[in-house]
Amino acid sequence: MKKALGELLSGFVSLLTGMRITLRQFFMKDVTVRYPHEALKMPKRYRGHIVFVRDAESGKSLCIACKSCEKACPSDCIVVDGIKREGEKRKSVTDFNLDFTRCSLCGSCVEVCPVDALEFSKNYNLASTRKDVYQIDLVKRMEDGPK
Amino acid sequence: MLLEKTNLVKSGDNETFVLNLGPQHPATHGVLRVKLTMDGEYITRAEPVPGYIHRMHEKMGENRTWAQFLPNTSRIDYLSAMHYTHAYVAAVERAAGIEVPLRAEYIRVITSELNRISSHLVWFGAFILDLGGFTPLLYAFDDREKILDLLESVTGARLTYCYYRFGGLCNDVDSDFITGTKEFIEYLKPRLEMYRQLVTNNIILKKRLEGIGPISAEMCRKYGATGPVIRGAGVACDVRRVEPYSVYPELDFEIPVYHEADCMARYLVRMDEMYQSLRILEQAIAKLPEGPIMGKVQKSVKVPAGDYYFAVEASRGRFAVRIVSDGKEIPYRLKLRAPSFSNLSLFEEASQGMMLPDALALMGSLDLVIPDIDR
Ligand code: SF4
Ligand code: SF4
Repeated sequence: MKKALGELLSGFVSLLTGMRITLRQFFMKDVTVRYPHEALKMPKRYRGHIVFVRDAESGKSLCIACKSCEKACPSDCIVVDGIKREGEKRKSVTDFNLDFTRCSLCGSCVEVCPVDALEFSKNYNLASTRKDVYQIDLVKRMEDGPK
Repeated sequence: MLLEKTNLVKSGDNETFVLNLGPQHPATHGVLRVKLTMDGEYITRAEPVPGYIHRMHEKMGENRTWAQFLPNTSRIDYLSAMHYTHAYVAAVERAAGIEVPLRAEYIRVITSELNRISSHLVWFGAFILDLGGFTPLLYAFDDREKILDLLESVTGARLTYCYYRFGGLCNDVDSDFITGTKEFIEYLKPRLEMYRQLVTNNIILKKRLEGIGPISAEMCRKYGATGPVIRGAGVACDVRRVEPYSVYPELDFEIPVYHEADCMARYLVRMDEMYQSLRILEQAIAKLPEGPIMGKVQKSVKVPAGDYYFAVEASRGRFAVRIVSDGKEIPYRLKLRAPSFSNLSLFEEASQGMMLPDALALMGSLDLVIPDIDR
């Protein structure tokens, strides 16, 4: 009898404590963001899919088609090709295909690049029902993009 | 009480039936299937069937270079990614004799402990959810979000950090991260106290956990269970203490141990561990030295032929990497010792004769992460 009463009392105390805490929470500021009406700013180091860095002077890619990134990528998602044009010291890139379906966003390619020609985009809205959306041609993407 | 139930199960010539728990059951938190043979509400046999998300991580390790395996380490136990990466890079560093600068070691400890807290917060929320309380999950995820934001600002990812490199880190922390972490420590302390009042002292939780699901130290040894499971059985076994690594010997912290060996003991161990992690964070931030974050490493790491091993204390227990090298640029063998697999192994024995809802409490108290079991 005594035990039952004790339990009843401690149960009631538990209940009141719970109510007090949840009620206080009720008047606190919202922590959720009303996505997609509002969106959070991506941090500087956010790793989206890779894109070319544009040379500040020429507006072209810095890539010299050395294929280091192709070799470093653990998931084999990069295919690079380049040619050596007359009068240029280094090769320049003609094809850079990224298979984003296999990319694990590990960053090995960005780290390994000897001329820092790659960076991460801040793009995270990448949902699609078609697979070819994720075959990203970085050369074309840069040519089409804002100059 | 438990014995009586077991007898009931054994003596009965009642009909039994088979119940499939999972592979898509909310209480298994992933694709784990448990084949339960039931006698009414009592379990006569519980047979775990893992393997639904086996991804061959060990085999993948054998067909890529040492550095190319790094991203995989964050994807074995996705809640405890820092510790797993730590074990792997430390194993390779030990093998190749790479020195790690002190600053990098301190940052590793800071990020690892943040990761431990975030992992325990997920467990806390999910465990209470299993027991029928929904609100704490939302509170815990709110707190965890702060950790994820901090880690995202230094590593660039929210779960699959891949932050450590052979010989150091891929980038340094900034002052924003340090002040953010200090603020977070001060923020979490009253929150943990709030959880104590709201959840730990709650009579319903006590009734659901106290005396339920005993796992003796003997059983832990038999199955190789580690982490909070063995510490809840009264054994102060923590890799950070028994096989010290990184800068843990320089930090002052306690290993929480409870002797009751029930679900409540394992619950309390994890709750106390969050406090201890905060203590470690405070000290590590105070001691954080200036200096480089990368040691001297050749461009492609060469691991001399041999057999090497390194263990760390992950959130769920002892995680160890064993690498066998034949001197080539690709590992010969990569063995991953995952804590959740051992912790799951004892479920069959421990759950015998239990009521189904109690067995779910037991499963929750083991804190299983299914990708970690399957690998
Ligand atoms: S981020 Fe990693 S997986 Fe993705 S393309 Fe670069 S190297 Fe390959
Ligand atoms: S490593 Fe850099 S320069 Fe070399 S191919 Fe890749 S992007 Fe181009």
